[in-house]
Order: sequence, then structure tokens, then C-alpha cells
Amino acid sequence: MRIIAIILRKEFRQIFRNRAMLPILFVLPVIQLLVLSYAATFEVRETPLVVIDQDRSETSRALIARLDASLYFQIGEQTTSMEEAERALLFGEVDMVMTIPSGLERDLGAGQPVIVQVVLDAEDGATAGIVQSYATQIINQVNADISLGPPGIRIAPSHWYNPNLEYTTFMVPGILVLLVTIIGTFLSAMNVVREKEIGTIEQLNVTPIKRYQFVVAKLLPFWIIGMAELGVGLVIAKIVFSVPMVGSLWLVFALAGLYLLVMLGLGLWISTLTDTQQQAMFVAWFLMVIFILLSGLFTPIDSMPRWAQIVTEFNPIAHFIEIMRRILLKGAGFQDVTRQTAALAIQAVLMLTLAVRQYQKRTG
Amino acid sequence: MTAVDIKALEKRFGKTAALEPVTFSVAEGELFGLIGPDGAGKTTLFRMLATLVLPTGGTATVDGLDVVRDYRELRNRLGYMPGRFALYQDLTVAENLKFFASIFGATIESNYEMIRDIYGQLEPFRDRRAGALSGGMKQKLALSCALIHRPRVLLLDEPTTGVDAVSRLEFWDVLTRLRDSGLTILVSTPYMDEAARCDRVALIQDGHILEINTPTGIEDSYPLPLLSVKSSDRLTAKRALERFPFAYSVYPFGEELHFTDSRAEPSVSEIKTWLHEAGVADAEVTVIRAGIEDVFMHRMPTVEGQTGVA
Repeated sequence: MRIIAIILRKEFRQIFRNRAMLPILFVLPVIQLLVLSYAATFEVRETPLVVIDQDRSETSRALIARLDASLYFQIGEQTTSMEEAERALLFGEVDMVMTIPSGLERDLGAGQPVIVQVVLDAEDGATAGIVQSYATQIINQVNADISLGPPGIRIAPSHWYNPNLEYTTFMVPGILVLLVTIIGTFLSAMNVVREKEIGTIEQLNVTPIKRYQFVVAKLLPFWIIGMAELGVGLVIAKIVFSVPMVGSLWLVFALAGLYLLVMLGLGLWISTLTDTQQQAMFVAWFLMVIFILLSGLFTPIDSMPRWAQIVTEFNPIAHFIEIMRRILLKGAGFQDVTRQTAALAIQAVLMLTLAVRQYQKRTG
Repeated sequence: MTAVDIKALEKRFGKTAALEPVTFSVAEGELFGLIGPDGAGKTTLFRMLATLVLPTGGTATVDGLDVVRDYRELRNRLGYMPGRFALYQDLTVAENLKFFASIFGATIESNYEMIRDIYGQLEPFRDRRAGALSGGMKQKLALSCALIHRPRVLLLDEPTTGVDAVSRLEFWDVLTRLRDSGLTILVSTPYMDEAARCDRVALIQDGHILEINTPTGIEDSYPLPLLSVKSSDRLTAKRALERFPFAYSVYPFGEELHFTDSRAEPSVSEIKTWLHEAGVADAEVTVIRAGIEDVFMHRMPTVEGQTGVA
């Protein structure tokens, strides 16, 4: 214990003296949380579009007014020429062309179905899909307003756990996970490998410090800092983004502590495999990018191919994002996240064992 | 008593040998030097003795403890100073010293007399970051940190490399005083002139130990007469000497040439005449005593810049 305390004191002294590290520790996470949460949004607003109104009736004008009134669309100059509209689409001036056929009002009045054509710039498939769904919504509303016929089957959607479909409510817990991850993996890997790179590990290795003492003292500072940053992050999430926190925060912290063990183990393992901070950084980035893209943060895991879903089982980030969303948004208790917790526990044991075994004071 | 006992110790990395099997011992209270160029295997030997690298063959004991089996206990009795500065540059002088003292369960106060000699000079800079110290100061701090837990044996891997001439002299004075206080010291250096400060030296080259002797003994082992030739036209003189019928070797040595004659009794005047006929008018030729560097040059016929004539 005494030895661990001595190394811990040295570590904290060095961390707080490192001018490159301090901003990473305290400024970056805040910026990351604020910028990513606000900017990396799935919502598509004010999509520019051209409407070719061939009907010029009251109904068609009502439809255009509806589109214009919504926040999602912005109607540019009107045109009657399809070629002109196509050119605007090609040059990216508009993202959508809507053609209202002549005879719209007449056919509707006669109870005939009418087809309104919507041409979308689908270069970015996801955006095109979202825009299309907005357009469909608006057309359906117009439909409902003027429909005189008997009602068919209607959907009455109710969005649970995120009633207003707030994007930030969904994203912030995931971004909090990234924040904790960066502290856990990058900083621990960099810290240990730094001792190798500048040669201080030589002097340390001839001392009677035991392996477990070194590992504990090296990882504990980042465990503590990671937990503290999660706390700060949760406060920002609550105050700035009004993210609902339905579940137990104690449970969040307890599982974050477990998750950090996995990531610290990963960081230590990377540091045993590499000799310089540059190499450690590269390996950490490689793993992080894969873990993050397959984590379900941006794209739902359910829509991934089967093999990717299997890989996700080994992805600690995916498990912890799931845990965070369930606890914070749905108020899940421990019994609702046992599977993820078990996965993290197994990974923590494996990762730390691997890393500690790999870290050798003597080389062959 | 033997402080360091090395028997057929060797280290191979795959097929390449970093150190061929070497055998020698160092007595307690001896200042023992390992002299050899870069890549000779000095650092590998030190790292094995410091319990950092496992040998691939042979055995070694330090202070009676096996470097492989008893490495835990041995680490308490060793003071090791790696070739590269290995202290925390972002910690101050005092913080570094205190850290290494407390890791060994010692305090600066209780072992102060061990380092008084060196640390005294560092005291005014105690709150300066180690990274901001000069090369000589860094080495003194590193030595202080290696001494603070009262080791029985000190292993210093090229402690004076990259240190200015004055600091080097001071450093060796400190080592001599430490040796006089009874500490066993193993020190390596690429500087031949430092060998004279050791009690005994081992010449090491390409993983082989060429010779182990006292510095004087090594100088005496030079087998042939050595002459120093000074001339303003060193190149012509060198070429002329290479053609001299009794030439054994010629190589530049500082401002002079060192010429070895293959006869037991060389004639200075004959060599002067030979040089004069070759167009070197101002040659000064004197018989000199061989230094350790000359012995080294003699034992390593492949060194660049030397012309082996025989």
C-alpha cells in the first residue's frame, strides 16, 4: 500500500504538471460533449426544395403552404420546367423536387387516387430517407384534412422514453461513454508507454516495486479521473441538455467503474505491445475507431449484418452505451442490464489478466 | 570476497550474439571498468547484471545473489544507472531523489552521508525540474538516485557519455571516493582515457572480452615498440611509414601518428631518415609507452583508420 501511495503521488504530480495532458483531461471532454451533441445531429432541417405545381388549385397551394410552414422544408423559386428542376437537383441547389400533377383537386374531389411525385437527391441515403419521411408525413396530414371518405387504418405513434424525439437525449449518454473511454484507454496507454519511451521504466524496473503495485498505481489515477469526468459529463447532460435521468445514478457509476477497468486494461495491454507514444496512439486509434463505429452510437446495432452483431458482443463500448441508455432513459435497474454487465465483467478480467501478464519487468 | 561473479554469461537474440560467453569476477570494493566501443555488448552485460534481461546462458551472482533466481532480493542491493538518463524530467531534483528513496523504504535524511559528496553540488537546484539540468548535473542526480538506498554494488552504464570534460573528471573523483568507502563499482565507458581511473579494466569488443588486467598491466601488454611521429605533413608521413620495411602498423592518434615497429629494437634515426627521404622534413620521432587505446587498436585489426601492415 505504501509503495502504491508513493507511485500514485508521483503520477498525479506528473499528470497535473503535463501541459499537454491537462487540456485533454478537462477542456476536451466538455467541448466534445457540447459540440458533438449539438452538431452531430440526425435531424434534417430546412431542406431546400422545388415544387412544380401543375395543378395551381386551392388544394395544391394548401399542400405547398404546409411544406413551407414546416421547419423541415424551405421552398425556393417555383418553376414549371422539369429540366430546370433537375439541374437544380444536380448542382445541389435543392435536395428535393416535388411534382404536383394537374387535376389534383379534381381527382381528389372525385375520390380518385392521385400520385404526387417526389424526387430526392439520394447521394446521402440516410438524409434522403429522413427527408422522404418528413414529406410523407406532411402529405398525409393534407390527406387527412381533405379526405371525406371512411377512415382506414391509422397509426397513432407514441414515442416512449424520448417522447419529443429529442436527438440529444439519445446521443448524450453515448457521447458520455466516449468521453470516459478516451480517458481510460488513451491516457493509460500513453502514460505507461511514456515511461518506456523516455527510458524511466529502466530505473523503475530495478527497484523492488512489484508488478501489481505498478499496475494499480498506474491505472488508478485514470480510473479516478474517468469517474470524475463522468460526473461532470452527467451534470452538463442534465443542465445543458435536460437529458432525463430516470434510473439510478449509483448504478451508472458502479457500472462505469467496471467499464473503466476493461478500458484501462486495454490501455495497459496496448502499452505493453508498443514502445513509443506514437505507436500506442496508432494502435489505440485503430481499435477505437472500430469499437466506436460498431458500438451502436451512430447506427443501430440491429441493422448491422449478422457477423457485425456477433463482433459487437466483444465490444465493451457497445455494452456500456446500451447500459447507459437503458439506465438513464428507461430507468433500467441492475436486473435489466445483467447480460451487458456480465460481458463487461468477463472482459475486465480477461483484459487485465492479459495486460498484467504481458507487462514484464524482465525481458527474455 | 567476490562482489560480482560471472561465469560463461551470454546473451543471444535469435542467431545474433549480443554477448559471447564471458567469465570474470570483480572483488569487493573494486572499481572495475568495461572499456569498449558502442555495440560491444557492455549494455547487454549491465542489463543482465541489473536483473532487467534474462541471460541465454551461464550464470552471474552479484553480492552473492543469483541474477536470475534471487532477482527480487538483489534489486534492493543494486544501484543501477542506465546509459540513458532515466529519471523523471518533469519532477524536480528533490522529488526524484525522494521518490527513489521512498520506493526502497529509505529517506534522504537517513542515507544523506552516502550522497553528501554529490548531492551537495545539486542542493542549490533542488527545486529545478530534472529536465532543465545540464548533462553533468543530470548524471550527478542519477548517481544520487542510484545510491540513495545504500546499494552494495553500483552498476554504471556509460555514466560520462555526453558529459563535458570537467564534469567527467569530477564524476570520476566521486567514483574514486565511493570506491574508497568500500562500494563495489562496475562502470562502462567508451572513453579510453577513463580506463586509467579504474582498478582493473576489461576490454570488450563485439561481444568478446579481449583482455582483463590493471590499466598498467594492459599498457604493458603492448607487444612491440611504439613510436609517436609528429609532422606538419601527416598524410605523407603516414604513407611513408606504411612503406617502411619494418612497419607493423600506423594510425593517426590525435595530432600525431602512432607507429609500431615490428622489431624489438627500432632505430629512431633510421625512421627519421626514411621519412626525410620521403619528403617529410620536420618529423619528430620518439619512443613512447603504449596507452590503453593503443592496446585496443592492436587487438582489433579491423578498426577503420588503422593500417595493418604486417
